Amino acid sequence: MDAVYSIIPAGVLSQMFVGLSRTTILFIVASGLTLILGVLRIPNVAHGSLYMIGAFTAFTVTKLFGGGSAGFWMALIIAPLAVALISLIAERGMFQFLYEREHLMLLLLTFAFSLVFGDLVKLVWGGEYKSVPVPHIFQGFVPLFGGLPFPRYNLFLLIAGPVVAILLWLLTNKTKMGKIARAAAVDREMVGAVGINVSRVFASVFVIGCYLAGLGGVLVAPTVSVTLGMDHNLIIEAFLIVIMGGLGNIWGALLGALIFGLTQSLGILIWPKFGIIFPYLAVVVVLLFRPTGLLKSTW
Amino acid sequence: MSRKTLLGLGLGIIALLLLPLFLPRFYVYLASIILLYGLLATSLNLVLGYGGIFQFHHAVFYGVGAYGTTLMLMKTSLPALCAFIAGPLVSAAFGFLLGIICIRLSKLYFGMLQISLGSLVWVIVYRWYAFTGGDDGIHGIPMPEMLSSPKSAYYFTLIITLVSLFIMWKMIRSPFGSVLQGIRDNPVRSEMIGINVRRHQLLALVLAGFFAGVAGSLFVVVDNTVFPDMLFWTLSLEIVIMCLLGGWFTFLGPMLGAAVIVALRTFVSTYTDYWALVLGITMMLVIFFLPSGILGYVEDKFKRGFIEPEIEEQ
Repeated sequence: MDAVYSIIPAGVLSQMFVGLSRTTILFIVASGLTLILGVLRIPNVAHGSLYMIGAFTAFTVTKLFGGGSAGFWMALIIAPLAVALISLIAERGMFQFLYEREHLMLLLLTFAFSLVFGDLVKLVWGGEYKSVPVPHIFQGFVPLFGGLPFPRYNLFLLIAGPVVAILLWLLTNKTKMGKIARAAAVDREMVGAVGINVSRVFASVFVIGCYLAGLGGVLVAPTVSVTLGMDHNLIIEAFLIVIMGGLGNIWGALLGALIFGLTQSLGILIWPKFGIIFPYLAVVVVLLFRPTGLLKSTW
Repeated sequence: MSRKTLLGLGLGIIALLLLPLFLPRFYVYLASIILLYGLLATSLNLVLGYGGIFQFHHAVFYGVGAYGTTLMLMKTSLPALCAFIAGPLVSAAFGFLLGIICIRLSKLYFGMLQISLGSLVWVIVYRWYAFTGGDDGIHGIPMPEMLSSPKSAYYFTLIITLVSLFIMWKMIRSPFGSVLQGIRDNPVRSEMIGINVRRHQLLALVLAGFFAGVAGSLFVVVDNTVFPDMLFWTLSLEIVIMCLLGGWFTFLGPMLGAAVIVALRTFVSTYTDYWALVLGITMMLVIFFLPSGILGYVEDKFKRGFIEPEIEEQ
């Protein structure tokens, strides 16, 4: 009997840690989305596609550098930057001309981009599954409480999440650009009136948000098979997280990702076939009591 | 309506009635698909264009209507007519359910929540193999004798679409329609003069859901299949594009947009696998150069111009 009792909580525990590592990815992607939403008020449907491009670029860069650990580290640096560059071109080329127009147009433009990006990925990388190897240092398992094996890479993810959160907090709260961006989120005309180039601020925020999507893509690459269509579900999940946390609030994104990741992983334990429903239910419950999300929205 | 417009409409309807006599089988099928997509886009435009509500996940109601009809046909022994009534009613019920959760939020917030909750419906349909057939969908749905040939399916679709369009047209012209447009243009003022904004919007959402369900049921008649992609969010945004392309402040615009996009998809797909790329670039061009849509542009150009209703033809 003892054995049974010790196994069940262990299963729950390990599932919780799996959920937490998933949370990290979700948070990194959703924080980029919420940043763009908060300042530019664009629900960026193409965010998921940028995440996918990040993952595919990671595959290529890793392969280019011989497929070893060095390849992964290079991918971690290069791939998000590549995604940021793509988003910079899109922003300067198209988005900046539409800020004065209806938000619906901006949303549809991001959808157009997600269609184009999706097909470009198909064109460049083909339709097959790709896999990115886990770097050597993170291969294998570490024993957690009571000898529970836990993948090292997931431990790395668990550390990466808070690091990104803190860096992002420092960026938005302690730097001049972050302060301007937050001011522009509240009143973009006033910020322009005091002589600040709002257009440039918007471009930087957009690029940083997209960089985070790319970063999420690179980090997720070793844990899943990189494939076309990986963007479709993720963008919906990111939307849910952002809504749950409060639009534009980075800590809200963290909280939302935490709730989402945990309800998802524990839900699978309770009801394997329909575990995916639990995070959605969590969102509905949260919104019934707090229609504008858990934390203060910038809107 | 001027006499000219009436004449044009009459001619258009006669052309549509005669269409199957001249066209090969495939084009009759295509014309039916265009009609039902047009109905779907028009039902979206009821809330998007006339109501100013950001209904981003309209395909849910389309898919739910189709699944409702199909499951009634497959799992019960009630007459087929019941199934065709039940599908749209289930959609309307979903419209009410999603509407009442989302309606408290405004604009983009509403749209994002709706996309997310609609995806929940998709997930359930996608996973529930025992009931919905999961990701395979359901094929070879038995049709009553009367509707089994492509031609009869076309006529059925045509008549239902025309009747639905007429009802929606009347609705937009009714006091309810005027109130809805008033809310779109100035929600605060509407509230001030004593209009219950939320209730009107909710009613519009339910009606839009109902007609989307009608379109879904028609798809079952025409194609005899249902599949979960019918309620995937990418389709919803495609429907928004149809409205935008045709002109979302005009009544027949969405129908025209649907015709253009469905026809384009059919022909592009025969040449290349990269339909999404073509659609994406088309969308960008429309957003930048034709923001009020084709019909909107024509109306601007000719003010009270004569609008060709034979748009459903190739």
